[in-house]
Order: sequence, then C-alpha cells, then structure tokens
Amino acid sequence: MARRATLAAFVAELRTIGLPISVAENVDAMAAVLAMPIADRVALKSALAATLVKSADHHHAFEVVFDLFFGDSRVGIEDLTEPAAGTAAANGNAAAANGSGRPGIVAGLSDADLDDLLFRAMLAGDQVLIRAAVAEAVSRYADVEPGRPVAGVYYLYRTLRRLDTERLLARLVAADGPADLSEMDRALAAERRRGQVDDLRTEAEAEIRRRLVADRGAAAVARTLRVALPEDVDFLNASADQLAAIRQTVQLLGRKLAARLVRKRRHHRRSALDFRRTIRQSLANGGVPAELVFRKPHPSKPEIMLIADVSSSVAAFAGFTLQLANAISAEFSRVRSFAFTDGIEEITDDLSSATDITTAVRRISSRPGVVRLDGHSDYGMVLESFWERWGPQIRAKTSVIILGDGRSNYHASRSEVLRAIRQRARHVYWLNPEPANNWDTGDSIISEYGKFCDEVVECRNLRQLKEFVEVLD
Amino acid sequence: MTDQQAWEHAAARAVRPSRLGSPERTAQGLREVGYLPDQHIASVVYLGEQLAKPVLIEGPAGTGKTELAKSVALMSGMRLIRLQCYEGLDEAKALYEWNYRKQLLRIQVGQTGQAVGDGRGPDGAASWSDVESDIFSEEFLLPRPLLAAIRSPEPVVLLIDEVDRLDVETEALLLEVLSDYQVSIPELGTVTATQTPLVFLTSNNSRDLSEALKRRCLYLFLDYPSAEREQEIVRSRVPGIGERLAEQVSGLVRSLRAMDLKKRPSVSETLDLASTLYLLGAEEVTPQLAADTLHVLLKYQSDIEKAAAELTAKR
Repeated sequence: MARRATLAAFVAELRTIGLPISVAENVDAMAAVLAMPIADRVALKSALAATLVKSADHHHAFEVVFDLFFGDSRVGIEDLTEPAAGTAAANGNAAAANGSGRPGIVAGLSDADLDDLLFRAMLAGDQVLIRAAVAEAVSRYADVEPGRPVAGVYYLYRTLRRLDTERLLARLVAADGPADLSEMDRALAAERRRGQVDDLRTEAEAEIRRRLVADRGAAAVARTLRVALPEDVDFLNASADQLAAIRQTVQLLGRKLAARLVRKRRHHRRSALDFRRTIRQSLANGGVPAELVFRKPHPSKPEIMLIADVSSSVAAFAGFTLQLANAISAEFSRVRSFAFTDGIEEITDDLSSATDITTAVRRISSRPGVVRLDGHSDYGMVLESFWERWGPQIRAKTSVIILGDGRSNYHASRSEVLRAIRQRARHVYWLNPEPANNWDTGDSIISEYGKFCDEVVECRNLRQLKEFVEVLD
Repeated sequence: MTDQQAWEHAAARAVRPSRLGSPERTAQGLREVGYLPDQHIASVVYLGEQLAKPVLIEGPAGTGKTELAKSVALMSGMRLIRLQCYEGLDEAKALYEWNYRKQLLRIQVGQTGQAVGDGRGPDGAASWSDVESDIFSEEFLLPRPLLAAIRSPEPVVLLIDEVDRLDVETEALLLEVLSDYQVSIPELGTVTATQTPLVFLTSNNSRDLSEALKRRCLYLFLDYPSAEREQEIVRSRVPGIGERLAEQVSGLVRSLRAMDLKKRPSVSETLDLASTLYLLGAEEVTPQLAADTLHVLLKYQSDIEKAAAELTAKR
C-alpha cells in the first residue's frame, strides 16, 4: 500500500512541476506497472515514462523526480502489485537502510587508495565498482548534515572538488594512449573518457539525492529541488546545463513556430470575394456562380527591428530571443537585429553568418561599438543614437521590439525618443525578462518607457516568449 | 474515481493474455529480425500490445522509428498496414470511400434491367429502395488503411507514419480509431475491430501534437543510440566489417553529434559511412579519411566545413 502511495505522490510531484498528466494517463501508468512482469527498476521506469511523459523536453525532469521517489533499487513492482506488502515502511525508511550501509570493501581504504580505486574502475568501465566508490566518496567528503533543507548543490561541489575530476580525466586519457594508437583513436578515446567523467558527476548527484531522500523523504527533497521544465526555467537565473537545454528547445521551437505561422497564413479565409474570377468560373456552369472565388490572402509580413540589451545581466535572454526571431525570420519581410549596452550597433549580418547565435551574442557584447564607456546599460543614450542613425528607416509596417530589463543605471531615460519611435512604427513592444513585481524597483524605469509602448510583456521563460511570438504581427 | 477503484480498473486491463509474451521475448524477437532494441524500446512495445494502446514514436529523423514498426510486424508475422500522412490527407484517403463508379454502374444496371423486364419489381419506387440499400452496402465500400486495419479478421500492425504532417483538424480523424478501435460510417453504422491492431504512430516532432492524441498513446522517444548500441547496429547491418572499424565509425559519429550542427548524422547515415569505408577497404579511420568521407554523414556544406576543421585540428 505504501508503494501505491509512493506512485500517487510521484504523480502529484510531476503535476506540480507542470507535466500535464490526465486521470486517464494516471490509470494507464497503474496498468502499465501491473503489466510489467518483472520486478526491476528499469522496467518500472520504462512503464512510467511511456505512460506519463509525452514530450522529450520533459524527460529530464521525469528522470530526476523518478530517482527521488524510486531511487532505492529495492522498490520494485512487487510492492505495487501486493497491496498488503510493506505497510509499515514509510517511503524514506527503506532508503535510509540502503544509503547508510557502506559497502565493506571500500570503507577501509585510505583517501589516496579510494582515488586509485575509482581510477581503475573507470579505466575498466566497471559500473558497479564506480558506483560503490562514488557512494564512499560522498559519505567521506560531502558532509551531508541531516535535516538541512538544501538541494544538495553544495554537497556535490564539495565531493567533486575533492575527487578532482580534471586530474582524473587527465590520468585516464594518459593511461589510454600507448604510442601505437593513431591520432584519431586517441581523440575518440579522450572524448569517451570525458563522457565517463560527466557520468561520474551525474552519479555523485544521484547519490547525494539518495542521501537527502533517506534523510527527509522524497516529497520534501522534491519540494526543495523543484526541477523546472525547460520552458519554465527563468532566463535570468538558469544554470549552464539549463541554458543548454533551453537552447535546444529554442531551436525546435523556432521550427515549430515557423510551421504553425505558415499554416495560419494559409488557412486565412477572410479575404475578399474576387468578383471577376467568380463570374469567369460561373461560365463553366452555364452562368450559375456555383463556386465562389476569393482573392488570395495577402499575408501581412511585418518588418521587425529587435533592439537587444546584451549587457551581462540579461545577455542570455537576449540571445534566446534573437535566436528565436532569426529562426522564424522567413515569416517576416525582414528581421534586423541591434545590440547595445551603452553604445548600439546593428548585428544582423553577424547573426546570419553565425551558426550558434547565443555564443555570437556573447562575443558581440564586448565589441567596441556596443560598449562605449563601461558596458553598463544606458537606455536613454542608446535610444537616442538608435533614433539618429536608424530612425528614418523605421516604416509604417515596422514593429520595434526592445529586449531589456529597463535598468538604466540611473541615467536619464529620454523616453521622449521612444514616443517619436512609436509615432513612426507600427508597434513598439518591450520584452522584460524580470518578474513583473520587480519592475520599477531600484534603477528600473520600465514604466516610464512603458507609457510609449503598445505593451510591456513579462518574458521570464520560454513559455512566455513563445506566447508573445505567436501573436506577433 | 477513488485510488482503489483506479487500481482495480488498471489491474483488469493489465492481465490480458499477451501476444508478445514478455519484454524479454519482445526484445529477443526484434533481435531475430535484425532490429536491435534497448530494454526501454522492448518494454514500451510490449506495453503497447498488453494495454492495447497505440505507441507514439518520436525522435530525430533516421533513428529507426518506421523500422521499429516494420520489425514488429515481421517479428509477429502480422500484416503491416501503412498510412503515410501528408498535409491535406482527408477521410476519403485515410478511412473509407464509397466506390461511386461501381454505385453508378449498379444504378444503370438497375435501370436497363427494368427496361428489358428481367422480372425485377415493376414498381419504380420499390426497386429504388432496393438499389439504395444495395449501393450503400459493404460491397461498394473502399476501405482505406484505417478501416482496413479495423476490419481485418486477423491481427495486423497499423503504422501511421509522420503523423505530425497532418493538419491539426485532420488529427481528430484518428482519435476514434486510436481510443476505441472503431470507425463510424453514417450509412452503415459502426465497425468495431474484432482483433485489436497493434498501432504505431511516428512523428518527426515538427509540431506539437494535440493533447487529445498524446493522451491516447504510449510515448516512446527514440534518440540517437548509445555508442555501444550503434556499434552493434553497424556490425549487424554491415556484415564483414572489422570490429575496430565499427568502433571507430560509431565513435566518430558520436563526436560529430556532440557538435553544434544544422543536421546531425542519423543512424542510417552511420550505416552509409560504415559501408562506404568497408567498400573502400579501409582498415581504420584516419582523420584524413574521415574528412574525405564526411559528405556521407553531413548534408550541409557549412556543417562539413565545420566538422572538417574540427577533425583536422585533432591531428
């Protein structure tokens, strides 16, 4: 019964994160769990993944939460099929017994011997031994303090620093390369080793989570961890891994959005009647206008000018937005991009030749034209020079989109320039990556600009960015 | 529905006798017909059969989505019925169509028959109702893939390929078939499957499928295989290739996939490269040889240049 409760809690947690799991899917998951004949964790995971996770983007979140709730390898399907079994065991207890029990062989080793053991295990690719060594390393170096409501990042840092993964990688690569190996083999082997060391990090992370779950129970750890789906990750405080995940999602999103826009344009049926062709057509039916002919829809293809703040605080957000806009640039008659901190430059050509826009943006953000003085954003100055240099090129079908947090470091706002831009342009939008309740705090003067925008849109994550792009015209 | 009821409901569905046996037997069977599944793939295929739910397979191009459905058909000896989706596909091509030419003929025959007086009812109205009930019978129905799969007396594998190419509105066409395995024909009534078909849908993820469709399916994401599995695939599909060459090819492809390319090499392209090298009689991959054969793997000039630069840098 307790295990069934675990499954219910597991589904509840996934729903809290934002996975859309319907009642029918929940029942499917139960049926799938019962249908899998063998009691092992991998099978359980397959069954749950196939029934609950219907998007590849959500898989990572699923995996982390799965490890929290079913991390103990002894939680098998038999517990789910036997309603009477294990009533006494609260879900943390069994894990605790497992987590604290040190494997006998590794416990007695000195620190140097442990390093050596790990090195040899990785050289041979012995997963069981690696796992044992990592578990031991975590108990020695991480100093997990019971009862502290943390997500474990600090423990991971401590463990990995002590294990010195860089040196480990160097040792592994060196051990791989006897003289007779070709260059090619060596390069490929080095790459494989790097993958192995990355896996080590994942393993340590999982081990620490197992300890945390043993200490506080899966639900509590899930609460502090709160894995975010890629589309919900906040641009401004995403980790490097999350940024990579977002970048991949943006790529896919660009393709999907473009396809949808094309379809939307094609199905646009509200065009005017083409009288001449209707009459011409009717001659075939003896003058009866059986079929009405409409004018071909003439999709409005707006021109877009994207003005992006690329100063360090919001650079990631600017990068994704530029990437997305360029991915769907075929849907607009033209997309021009501008980058600024306290100076402004057009970067349209840099982006069209770049394969990876986010790194291109990072490079651009330190260019002399973009940084005039100190590289702290000065919105007033920038708007003014934009108006002087490119103002005459703004036309009635141009939408101007400004990307930035509106934090002008206490410089003058010169919002009257924005009013002038607004008068020439079709629309002026402002996308702000900060949460709306931080607007106008400190040096943020967003509402001063907001007066002259069609709309100021909070754009903290991919979901919001996507919503904005979809209605853009 | 309480939790207890939900579990009972689930248990009732989980105990059907299975045609595929078990996940292991499924994996074994797929292996025998030349498809190398990992444990997850085999489990999901097995579950799809066991729970009588369609399996939605998503993933990058060239990772063996269609191949999986074909292999399941081959393995279980069931007939494969394939519906290739494209924009503009409609009911008449997916579900069924009335064979109107034949219907016209039937009506004409009825008229001439009356003219020569072959004994059919002299009353015009009566013979019309005969004709009407006649021309809307199964004889005049042209089954298209979905209806064919439902009506088949023996169990079949139904493959709905590239479902993401369907228009959003047409997607709804599939829902009745996928959830209840039945097709409603206004003139005839509802045709229900006697044998639940095994249904596979594939998608290249070019747009989000509707929640309604996803909810009715089990989901299987087919990513690029791990280096070990890919090596195994190479060795089974390019017989005679040396172990070392196979290992190098899979390693090379793996490192190319880690790069930021416009189009990453797929499994089928890996196989192309492996057979190319095998035919060239190469013993091992040198950076020079790899750079020369990159066009087999990569289909964009900018990708080729980028990868070549990277490969020669490693020298």
